[in-house]
Amino acid sequence: MSDTVIRVENLSKKYIIGQQQQERYTALRDVLANKAKDITQIFNPKTKHQKSNSEEFWALKDVSFEVKRGDRIGIIGRNGAGKSTLLKVLSRITEPTRGHISIKGRVASLLEVGTGFHPELTGRENIYLNGAILGMSKLDIHRQFDAIVAFAEVEKFLDTPVKRYSSGMYVRLAFSVAAHLEPEILVVDEVLAVGDAAFQKKCLGKMEDVAEKEGRTVLFVSHNMATIQSLCNQVIFLNNGQVQAIGNPGAIIQLYLNEGTASEDWSNLHSIAQRRGEGALRFSKLELLSSQGRSVTAALSGEKLIFRLCFSSFSEKLIHKNCRIGIAITSTSGASIVLSTEMICQDAVDIRADDCIDFCIERLPLSEGIYSLTLFAESNSIIQDWITEGIQFTVEGGDFYGTGKHCPAGYQGKSILIDFSMNKKSYKYA
Amino acid sequence: MTKLKIKRRRESSAPGEAELIIEAGRTEKNYWQDIWRYRELFYFLAWRDILVRYKQTAIGVAWALIRPFLTMVVFTVVFGRLANLPSNGVPYPILVFSAMLPWQLFSTALSECSNSLIANANLLSKVYFPRLVVPTSAVVVSFVDFAISGIILVALMVWFTYVPSWRIVTLPLFTIIALAASMGVGLWMASLNVQYRDFRYIVPFLVQFGLYISPVGFSSSIVPERWRLLYSLNPMVGVIDGFRWAILGNEASIYWPGFALSTSLVMLLLVSGIWYFRKMERTFADVI
Repeated sequence: MSDTVIRVENLSKKYIIGQQQQERYTALRDVLANKAKDITQIFNPKTKHQKSNSEEFWALKDVSFEVKRGDRIGIIGRNGAGKSTLLKVLSRITEPTRGHISIKGRVASLLEVGTGFHPELTGRENIYLNGAILGMSKLDIHRQFDAIVAFAEVEKFLDTPVKRYSSGMYVRLAFSVAAHLEPEILVVDEVLAVGDAAFQKKCLGKMEDVAEKEGRTVLFVSHNMATIQSLCNQVIFLNNGQVQAIGNPGAIIQLYLNEGTASEDWSNLHSIAQRRGEGALRFSKLELLSSQGRSVTAALSGEKLIFRLCFSSFSEKLIHKNCRIGIAITSTSGASIVLSTEMICQDAVDIRADDCIDFCIERLPLSEGIYSLTLFAESNSIIQDWITEGIQFTVEGGDFYGTGKHCPAGYQGKSILIDFSMNKKSYKYA
Repeated sequence: MTKLKIKRRRESSAPGEAELIIEAGRTEKNYWQDIWRYRELFYFLAWRDILVRYKQTAIGVAWALIRPFLTMVVFTVVFGRLANLPSNGVPYPILVFSAMLPWQLFSTALSECSNSLIANANLLSKVYFPRLVVPTSAVVVSFVDFAISGIILVALMVWFTYVPSWRIVTLPLFTIIALAASMGVGLWMASLNVQYRDFRYIVPFLVQFGLYISPVGFSSSIVPERWRLLYSLNPMVGVIDGFRWAILGNEASIYWPGFALSTSLVMLLLVSGIWYFRKMERTFADVI
């Protein structure tokens, strides 16, 4: 049962970057112009040949790993680490520059939900089309048709063009087709970030079924550590196109979170590019303060902790009315604590440029470990700034319960600590 | 001997068990086999294009009739009436339309084919399948149009009570040559289009220009004898002459050396088109 189904050896993929940066494609005129330049350089050897606008970029470099039958592999790494390139090479969309892959079994890849959906076609027609694109035979689709429709919950709209579907329905239908592929190896990029929470859960459940009950091999890219932890039995951590580590989820995820951005410099949040929202009001700075009001880099379990959030305004408006500001603290296992203005404020909160808000936790109820932060700001029900990635902070073990002990090692990074009491009695003679 | 063994082993194991090797420059090994496996995708893509083409159109399929019909009327008036070009006793509308048919097939197939990769860019960058499926399925759509406008030819023949000779049965052969010509040029254009978007402007020009240098509105017999061979360098000359020869029977003569030249040019285009497409296809997903 545990034979190797995918063997990747020294896989490398090179991209030439350069002209594509300005334009998405090369135009013939540019090529001709460059050729002409080259010719003039032959006659004019003094001008140095400039090769600056075609730069090599190794998206993958010497990646090697093996996947056994029935493995559920999670692939993690920061943006640009090569995760998607790896999946593209594995699913034969693009060719490797060097290296060797051998795969046993039929591969189906799901790099995007609803690839090839045509808005003018009806749900029914799109199921067939999309199925064929993903590599199902007509017979397979026919056999699975009812299951697909039932899973997507779109029975009533089967003969409506999908351009009239709500985005939720569209995604449900698209995922449903993909979920009913029956390949030996399933390659999934981060496609579950769409759809509502209930459907996401359903999709994850389906993926677990595929992996566990049907014994298929799954390769899965995600930024969501909780999903990776619950779904995968092995994790590959990619960094700059290279395999940083392979191993069991807990250890690798911890390693991943410890890497890089756990540097405690949040003094300039403007440098975080990955954020959503209008951007009229933005987080400019985050500061952790201890009970004495000192700025700290790591928090201590059981002690007072203040999150100070500072803002910058990027519009003419001086006051942003009716704001909702929040922080979510998320552990690697996905549990989170949310601190939000709307929870504790009776009235609307107005924010001026250069205002700061302090969220104060009297006794930090987190066990030792690394936690990620999500920052959220909304004004008049319009999301202004939403940072979900890139901020992490460390909690050091403290004496939360006043017993003189730290939290036991097994709970590190996982447990939320609350006050509780315990009575020990013997009920035998009561 | 060893070759035979390998073959047998592959057959004995389940299709999913065959080991797939991915390496630089290795993709071609099971390419043609893959094309066969993806024949259903080919069918579905063609089906999609046909469905979409006539969805939300008020008169639907009638468009495939109106366009060639009106062009035929204009050509008949301009070349037949105003310019008074000879038609060797054939009703001028039939003379024009027997050339309109292959020309329309060629021009729509060529445009569809050369745009097909760009139009399906999202597919190319997200799913694997033999890329050749896309341009070939695009050509099928124009074949459907061709079949529909064939009705006009039948109607014209009934109207002029024109009975074709036995040669009409050779028509499928010439249709295949027309398709091969459009595929040949189309594959070149499609792969070049991915690389350099300039080619998207070249194709409409090529189609428009080609209409006038091909014997669509007139019979190629008006070309002086000593220029005929040179004229046949246009691959569509052979195709159109072939169509006229098949449809018009004894009234149309065919210039065989020219036809042979045209046809071999078509084959050369097709083979080189496939070669270039295969060569470029590995990088499609990276540049598109």
